Amino acid sequence: MKFNREKLVERLLLVVALSAMAALALIAVFIFKEGVPFLLEVGPRQFLLSSDWRPQEGRFGVYPMIVASLWVTLGAMLIGAPLGVAGAIFLNEFVPRWVMRIIKPTIELLAGIPSVVFGFIGVVVLAPLIRAHLGGPGLSVLAGAVVLGIMVLPTVISISTDAISAVPNSYREGALALGATRWQAVHMVVLKAARSGIVASLILAMGRAVGETMAVIMVAGNAVKVPHSVLDSVRTLTANIALEMGYATGKHREALFATGVVLFVVVMILNSIATAAVRRRFGTKGTRK
Amino acid sequence: MFDSRKQWVVVVVCAATVAWVGCGPKRAAITVAGSTAFQPFAEKLAEELMAKRPDLAITVQGGGSAVGIQSALSGAAQIGMADLVELPPEAKSLTSVVVARDGVAMVVHPSNPVQNLTTDQIRGIFNGRIRNWKEVGGRDEPITVVSREAGSGTRTSFEQIIGGIRLTPDAVVQDSNGTIRETVANDARAIGYLTHGVVNEKVKTLKVDGKECTTEAILAGEYKLVRPVFFLFKGAPQGAVKEFLDYVLSAEGQEIIKRNGLIPAK
Repeated sequence: MKFNREKLVERLLLVVALSAMAALALIAVFIFKEGVPFLLEVGPRQFLLSSDWRPQEGRFGVYPMIVASLWVTLGAMLIGAPLGVAGAIFLNEFVPRWVMRIIKPTIELLAGIPSVVFGFIGVVVLAPLIRAHLGGPGLSVLAGAVVLGIMVLPTVISISTDAISAVPNSYREGALALGATRWQAVHMVVLKAARSGIVASLILAMGRAVGETMAVIMVAGNAVKVPHSVLDSVRTLTANIALEMGYATGKHREALFATGVVLFVVVMILNSIATAAVRRRFGTKGTRK
Repeated sequence: MFDSRKQWVVVVVCAATVAWVGCGPKRAAITVAGSTAFQPFAEKLAEELMAKRPDLAITVQGGGSAVGIQSALSGAAQIGMADLVELPPEAKSLTSVVVARDGVAMVVHPSNPVQNLTTDQIRGIFNGRIRNWKEVGGRDEPITVVSREAGSGTRTSFEQIIGGIRLTPDAVVQDSNGTIRETVANDARAIGYLTHGVVNEKVKTLKVDGKECTTEAILAGEYKLVRPVFFLFKGAPQGAVKEFLDYVLSAEGQEIIKRNGLIPAK
């Protein structure tokens, strides 16, 4: 009886776990099934490298959106990564524990703020500031990067903090005993030991930045052109899908699915580059897991 | 495993479900779908009619003009709503009735000194040929063009009426009338277009070819940027569909449309 129940629960968990993965697989299959035939019909070269997106005239080129997605994501990481990692180090190493116990949940609460709210603040506060002081339409790569940079902070800080606090205290004590200063101990020992967790936080943050849609639609301006400066208005891959999905029929709709395929591949490539870069720099041996 | 209390719960839940689904008055249900510009008006009209006729159930959905045409064709909705100057060829098989008209207003920031634009100037601005407000009598500042996304009924109508528009790639694109208004209200160099019904004091409406965008000018046929709002049906309207259509076209229905900022059909 007991044995049977054990087996039953085991099977049940297996089914539940597989169904979660099956859902993911089905989504991928569906996007590819809808998008790839169109991609082949138009020609991947044409679709990926043309800057002409006029769905009504049957012209489909997503090159400007690919560039836009990369610029905005890169900008968001330039802002979010240093701030986030620095914040995590500060919280772990330089403030008393009780301060961290108050601040960390507060930061995690930030993650719960809906992206529309970030977008709205971007539109009414950030974009006018950029327009007044730096020029351009205000709704721009820069606005998108700053808003996304702030949106990824909770992810970076919370996971980096976990990674840093998981470094055994004996490491710090060892470093200090050898005569290292507090900062030397942190950047020479603690950060090295926590790097895999920190990198994981950055990869997750990058995924969030590439995939974010609502806030970007609101602050990036959505102009279909290859940006020449950070003050130009751009449309990311995600924004392109969300903006036009409501109206799209026929070829136009297929083109949006093909945009989804491109987004999928871009995310894969970015993730592989990030993981590969980590491996090359630090070797495959992580201290944590 | 199942004690008697749990069994009771199951029985009660089942019984409640059956009662809820099975009873209730018989209702004639119709779905109206399409144009997001007309959606709030259709909702208001449906509400008013249902208050008088509790035996009708009218569901109103958005989705855009293209969806309105598609769902009328496929039968997913009994009435499709579309606000386009010219209906596309695939809608030819449907019966269409004009239920209201909607002006498209050209809007700029309230601080903009420009009062009037000609059709030609509007075309130039949206094509990217005119890039500075100075060229149309304004300040020496670059123009930020704000447009709707491809496929929007408002954008399609606007481009059809002005004619010859290939939107400049520099144009900022926003996906609703409300966000167009916010963008223009926040940018002293912006120009955009939006449905007459949602214009408010945060933006300034421009004259087009010297004609003000007002209900009177539209009714008199003077203002140029006007598009019809169509109801589309498969075949001739009958039953609940006809009742809703008749109500929308009645004096009372048209008055509701007018009071909420759109222009009556006649």
